[in-house]
Amino acid sequence: MISSRISKLLSWSYLIALYGFIFLPVAVLVLFSFQDGRLPVPPFNGATLKWYGEVFADSRLMSALGNSLMVAIGSASVACVLGFCAAYGLARFVLPASRLQRGLLIAPMTVSYLIIALGLLTTFNWIGVSLSLWTVGIGHVVINLPLCFAIIYASMGDHQKNIERAARDLGAAEWQVMTQISAPMLMPSILAAFFLSVTFSWDEFIIAFLLSRFDVTLPVEIWSMLRSGLNPKTNAVGSVVFLVSVALLLLLELIVFRRTAKK
Amino acid sequence: MAHASLETRENRRAWGFVTPALLWTIAFFVIPFIVMAAISLATRKGREIVMAWNFDNYIEFFEKAHLLKGLFVSLEITFTVTLISVILAYPLAWIIAERVPQKWQRMALIMAILPFWTSYVVRSYSWLLVLAQNGVINNSLVYLGVISEPLELASTRSATVIGFVHFFVMLLTLTIYANLVQMPPNYRRAAADLGANGFQVFWHVVLPLTLPGIMVGAFLTFVLCIGDYITPQILGGNNELALPQVIMLQLGRRADFPMAATLSIILMGVVTLAYIACARWLRMERT
Repeated sequence: MISSRISKLLSWSYLIALYGFIFLPVAVLVLFSFQDGRLPVPPFNGATLKWYGEVFADSRLMSALGNSLMVAIGSASVACVLGFCAAYGLARFVLPASRLQRGLLIAPMTVSYLIIALGLLTTFNWIGVSLSLWTVGIGHVVINLPLCFAIIYASMGDHQKNIERAARDLGAAEWQVMTQISAPMLMPSILAAFFLSVTFSWDEFIIAFLLSRFDVTLPVEIWSMLRSGLNPKTNAVGSVVFLVSVALLLLLELIVFRRTAKK
Repeated sequence: MAHASLETRENRRAWGFVTPALLWTIAFFVIPFIVMAAISLATRKGREIVMAWNFDNYIEFFEKAHLLKGLFVSLEITFTVTLISVILAYPLAWIIAERVPQKWQRMALIMAILPFWTSYVVRSYSWLLVLAQNGVINNSLVYLGVISEPLELASTRSATVIGFVHFFVMLLTLTIYANLVQMPPNYRRAAADLGANGFQVFWHVVLPLTLPGIMVGAFLTFVLCIGDYITPQILGGNNELALPQVIMLQLGRRADFPMAATLSIILMGVVTLAYIACARWLRMERT
């Protein structure tokens, strides 16, 4: 009896300790973004929204935020469309070397972002493509395409295959089957792939850093803010970035998983 | 005959679906990789890159201590991080799976990985807030009178390790939890019925069954950890450089693309070796 109580106590202490460890940096980040003072460290002088005001008044940060959203949504859309088409083709038709094709599409997932970025950088340099948000977007499609393909491919079952066949028998053209039958049926996994891709692109640093020049994304802009050391304004913008990521995930949870749970 | 022609037509249509994604991957992943591999065989003359088609860069890597050291620093950090993360994450996953009531488990898990979604840069900066010379820990300890001089916490290897462990504990908790709940409860009941005590059940039944899951998580940790530039750069400072930092250094000050490409290929080689080791181990485990 006593030993079980001790083990219970130990379990709960461990749980609390690790949650403390996991949440410590985020809590510090958010708390001191409200710091009424010039340094985001204890003692806490009182709450102010001044730093958030500065973040939203900073035109560089705001344009970086706009760029980030644009690149994230654009690259996630392209990755989703390409991934969906490829999954459709590979799941519904018998193609030669389909294992090799699947392997090739998944391959970028196993390579560090740094190496993908460097490869693209050397290639763009070599053929004389100048760096811009477009090149960042291309890089982000490269890292998100395997993810989109894998998620959508995994959710294509035989159950949908029969419905698609029925549609085809009733005279639907292939593109009609794909856009009006398969895509709506697979919407939960397509949306999951899309939101995950948006989150990954939104947070990604090294590709955005190496493949951009004048217009940069938010993580790159935050990176250059770090040179000024600890600063409540950096806390504020970091909290905003975190909030957006969590909001995206909540959206994913609400739209996608609730819907699938209901079915 | 008619059947065959239908097949061909179907196939042609199928290629239409797959080709765009394949072309994208070839154009922006395979070809860049080939270009990078080729550049690693070039030399740099001033700011010009001259194709030499030799392995001088690779030889230079093994001869120059500061380059080779980058690899060893990276390997040491990565192994330390992987080990500590597994040791910390396993009990957490186990407690969530066993001790937390069923209906709270999903919530507990979501909470455990929520900070996972702070971006790389912001997460490392947050740890800097905690560990810096005037950071949360030092300021609190000085204020409480525990220490009189701030401790050197940031810009050390420990800071890098802490930053990494924080991230991978979350990742591993998720993968190990998934493994634990998949295990049929009968196995443990059978072992207990046969007289095994709690520890024996864990050591001889639960742990071996979850080991493949741990290995997959550990491999993921290895790959993500060894290729990361941000965490060692922000938290580790410039006292000792991990391989990704050395790579970025080649790009920045010296614009030495051939050496950066060489180091990247070596980094990929190390990851591939780890993959082969992991895959072989998993196959052994299965037979």
